Amino acid sequence: MDDLRDKYIRLVAEAGDESALEDLRVQAVGKKGEISLKMRELGKMSPEERQVMGPKLNALKDEINSALSAKKEALEDVALDERLRAEWLDVTMPARDRRVGTIHPVSQVTEEVTAIFADMGFAVAEGPQVESDWHNFDALNIPGHHPARAEMDTFYMHRAEGDNRPPHVLRTHTSPVQIRSMEQQGAPIRIICPGRVYRADYDQTHTPMFHQVEGLALDKDISMANLKWVLEEFFAAFFEVDGIKTRFRASHFPFTEPSAEVDIQCSWEDGQLKIGEGDGWLEVLGSGMVHPKVLQAGGIDPYEYQGFAFGMGIDRIAMLKYGIPDLRAFFDSDLRWLRHYGFASLDVPTLHGGLSR
Amino acid sequence: MKFTLSWLKDHLDTEATVDEIAEALTDLGLEVEEIINPLDKLKNFTLAKVVKAEQHPDADRLRVCMVDTDEGEKQIVCGAPNAREGITVVLCKPGDYVPGIDVTLSVGKIRGVESHGMMASERELELSDEHNGIIELPSGEVGQSFADWLAVHEPAKVDPVIDIAITPNRPDALGVRGVARDLAARGLGTLKPAQNVEVEGQFPCPIGVSIAEDTTDGCKVFAGRLIRGVTNGPSPQWLQDRLKAIGLRPISKLVDVTNFFTYDQNRPLHVFDAGKVKGDLLIRRAKEGETLVALDEKEYTLGDGQIVIADNEGVESIAGIMGGLSTGCTEETTDVFLEAAVWDHIQIAYTGRALKINSDARYRNERGIDPGFNMQGLEQATAMIMELCGGEPSSVVVAGAVPDMSRAYKLDPARVISLVGMEIPESEQRQTLTKLGFKLEGSMAHVPSWRPDVMGEADLVEEVARVASLTKLEPQPMRRVQAGVPKPILSLHQKREQLARRTAAALGYNECVTYSFIDRESAALFGGGTEATMLENPISSEMSHMRPDLLPGLLQAAARNQSRGFNDLALFECGPAFQGGEPEEQHMQVTGILVGRTGPKDVHGGSRPVDLFDAKADAEAVLAAVGAPEKVQILRDGPAWWHPGRHGKICLGPKKVLGIFGEIHPKILKAMDVKGPVVAFTVWPDEVPAPRKKTTTRPALDVSDLQAVERDFAFIVDAGVEALTLVNAAAGADKQLIENVRVFDEFIGGSLGEGKKSLAITVRMQPQGETLKEKDIEAVAAKIVEKVTKATGGVLRG
Repeated sequence: MDDLRDKYIRLVAEAGDESALEDLRVQAVGKKGEISLKMRELGKMSPEERQVMGPKLNALKDEINSALSAKKEALEDVALDERLRAEWLDVTMPARDRRVGTIHPVSQVTEEVTAIFADMGFAVAEGPQVESDWHNFDALNIPGHHPARAEMDTFYMHRAEGDNRPPHVLRTHTSPVQIRSMEQQGAPIRIICPGRVYRADYDQTHTPMFHQVEGLALDKDISMANLKWVLEEFFAAFFEVDGIKTRFRASHFPFTEPSAEVDIQCSWEDGQLKIGEGDGWLEVLGSGMVHPKVLQAGGIDPYEYQGFAFGMGIDRIAMLKYGIPDLRAFFDSDLRWLRHYGFASLDVPTLHGGLSR
Repeated sequence: MKFTLSWLKDHLDTEATVDEIAEALTDLGLEVEEIINPLDKLKNFTLAKVVKAEQHPDADRLRVCMVDTDEGEKQIVCGAPNAREGITVVLCKPGDYVPGIDVTLSVGKIRGVESHGMMASERELELSDEHNGIIELPSGEVGQSFADWLAVHEPAKVDPVIDIAITPNRPDALGVRGVARDLAARGLGTLKPAQNVEVEGQFPCPIGVSIAEDTTDGCKVFAGRLIRGVTNGPSPQWLQDRLKAIGLRPISKLVDVTNFFTYDQNRPLHVFDAGKVKGDLLIRRAKEGETLVALDEKEYTLGDGQIVIADNEGVESIAGIMGGLSTGCTEETTDVFLEAAVWDHIQIAYTGRALKINSDARYRNERGIDPGFNMQGLEQATAMIMELCGGEPSSVVVAGAVPDMSRAYKLDPARVISLVGMEIPESEQRQTLTKLGFKLEGSMAHVPSWRPDVMGEADLVEEVARVASLTKLEPQPMRRVQAGVPKPILSLHQKREQLARRTAAALGYNECVTYSFIDRESAALFGGGTEATMLENPISSEMSHMRPDLLPGLLQAAARNQSRGFNDLALFECGPAFQGGEPEEQHMQVTGILVGRTGPKDVHGGSRPVDLFDAKADAEAVLAAVGAPEKVQILRDGPAWWHPGRHGKICLGPKKVLGIFGEIHPKILKAMDVKGPVVAFTVWPDEVPAPRKKTTTRPALDVSDLQAVERDFAFIVDAGVEALTLVNAAAGADKQLIENVRVFDEFIGGSLGEGKKSLAITVRMQPQGETLKEKDIEAVAAKIVEKVTKATGGVLRG
């Protein structure tokens, strides 16, 4: 019996593949296998003999079966190892190409500005870009002869012969949206109006189209001191510099009174502009208390409501914040520029997640 | 507007420094653009005395000088011919920057002899062009500051020049006196009293003046007088210095006087050589085509209605803008006619713009001069001419009358405080206005004649606020609209715009912002380029028409990128397109283009030319993002810039187009010089119906535990049959049971023959009540075949 065991254990160990192993199984523990035949002989034995041989044969059968399955697993492992070795790939090969899109800085910065002002209760208003000259000028207290009209380099729309209305203009600022919003909503109101504006000027630092954001807040008691607070809060949040200093300088705009130009603190070092430090000043926006005539043009009683308005360049603050040197490149759609200065599609600016990348 | 510190001090008694003045001016709204203070570059230089000057051993033209300085005796090598013993000189020491030669000095050796600094010429210190020798001072002690010496002995050479920007509402600040008045109101000194001059006429004025009847609205008052027996010639040094300091060229006494008053009190004047004036002067409107050679020696052709001053021979001056050359004053002038007038500022602006003349007179007359100063200006100028040139004045002739501009507005101190947000006491408010020249009567403030801009109560607030200083204004938090968490503020349109934009970027498109105006030809290719969308004054022919669509701008961007070597592109823009030239004829589009291949060639073989189904997938993704319904129609017959057989409109009914996708027509690509293939999509987010439901609750999820069954069918149909027709027919076979029908194969040609194709679909059936039995499935299958056959004329493929 021990001979039988030794023989099969040896043969199993020597088996080279799965079919050899199967042959061995049949030969040993198959229906007509050597061990099975021996087990059949148990019936002919005396009860005493059977009591001895029965357990022995069962144990032998179990041992052979275990050896067979252990060997089978070992052979499978070898085969798998072999296959895996053959399946080697050059993982330094490039991955499958996937296009990566980008968001234009103007869109990104507009969303940043919107997020900040939304927190202060400002909604977003929009208006047409081909605008009546009444909305763009007269309603904003800029009559026909006003020097500001000539200074603004206005684009005029062509008028068909016989159409004697004053020509429409491409809006020279986002301010006409103030008028339209007042007409539609009345007061109190808090809005910002981002969008395209147009001026007939093209050189190193000017493009005939650019972007502005207008702000308007009207209520019974809004003051210029509130304007200063709102703008300082805005700049601190936008440029992410706590306690950024602003300077309000008296100025003049036809549509506000009093008016102020606003500078933010900056420094110039080795040609590098830094916002929020140093003792230089950089002019970033015009603002003031809405002129009573403008309120009237928007259908609002200037004795009941008062408030402020401001306007600043979106492209300009984008350039300042992200160090983009050339305004003209904003509108050139050079793929290299779009990729370099663009933002990821899921990079939505929020106040809780931060406004810059 | 430029002026010098000493000029300012003619009108303002002040001890303030230039820096203090500059800071106050900017804060007051008279923004300082530049300060040129000659003392700044001279502050290091001191006086020294040459005690010994000997010939340089190795150079004929050089002298070796021993110089007594505040730091002891120094040896300096000097090449100036006047370097000699005993003279007082200006010393520049090693380490000093010498502006005229742009050099910072160091100890040097000149031809073997050490030199510890230099003695400067006027040119080397940028004081003048004098460079014949070094400066020799007639007085001064060794070690004394040269700047201090100059300030005492030659103040004109170190008079700081201040250049300020004047906003259009402040014509009064175009005169030095107006600037002084603002500073006095701020408390930086005291405004000196105004002069009051009256020069008695010695004889009647031989030149009469009158205003034509149709011109009285354009010329309010025209005053003048003759001064006979004057001697013209160069102005005295002080006047020349002043004019030069602010960048004007001194011409002659008579002309310089007019320029002086232009800048001193914003009072433009004109002087005619009376000997060349023929007869009387008439202020009238020009006739179309009249000409005048003006003082700038250019000939101007006048337009109908422009105002001129004419004598018997014709036009002699363009009123309020520029005089004529033929009656201009020269060195020989002995009799001069001096003019001071008030013109309608709007008329001046229109005439100036039409003739394109930018003169100091036009600049001031169109912003508005002080009519109240008209007669006094004439008197003061008369006195100055007599002082400089002698002569005998006539009486004054006047046509028209000085206009009465008097008006008053109520000062409401509480409202000032409320608007500005600063506690400015009433007494301070009143004092500010008084110092600015307003006369207060009770609560009414009478506006001074030099402030045409003050037209209401709000203007009083501005005056008080700017003098109080906006720099000092303390920010005050603005009350939140409501306590707690802010409400969302974006409209549906704005949310959709943002979602569409970010979805397109997530799909791999680079966002562009292209100009809203394009060239006519490109606009015309896309249904635009009409007169209605044309700009009257485009900046170039490339930007002449409002874009009818975003495609042309993107295609031009693609062409530019291709020329830079980028051939595979995915660009999009989200912005306005203009179907007409009226304000309401503007709508938002989201347009994307795919150009070239899906990506660069790669080892995975995944790169292929883009096709319209790429564009379709992206259009559907953008539409899904903005909330468009899943079930849409795909219709043909879009605009002509699409490939006629390869585009589709995504519609809800024939008139409700949500989007469009397809290949761009090859002719368009050729015209725009873009290498294809190009596929594109446009989505109109605002066309997508607004969601009806107001609740955030989703409908309950209804899923069956029973296993779904899929069956494939292939039909042979005519090649023109659209897949969607077949899919819809199959889906209609049992709307309860059939969950989804999907085309998975298309086969054209081969054994099918001409004009036929095979379309294979997978139908997924989801049983609801009980498991499907084979006979149920067969029944549905038969119905599918029947429906498809009926709808398409196709047959089941055997």
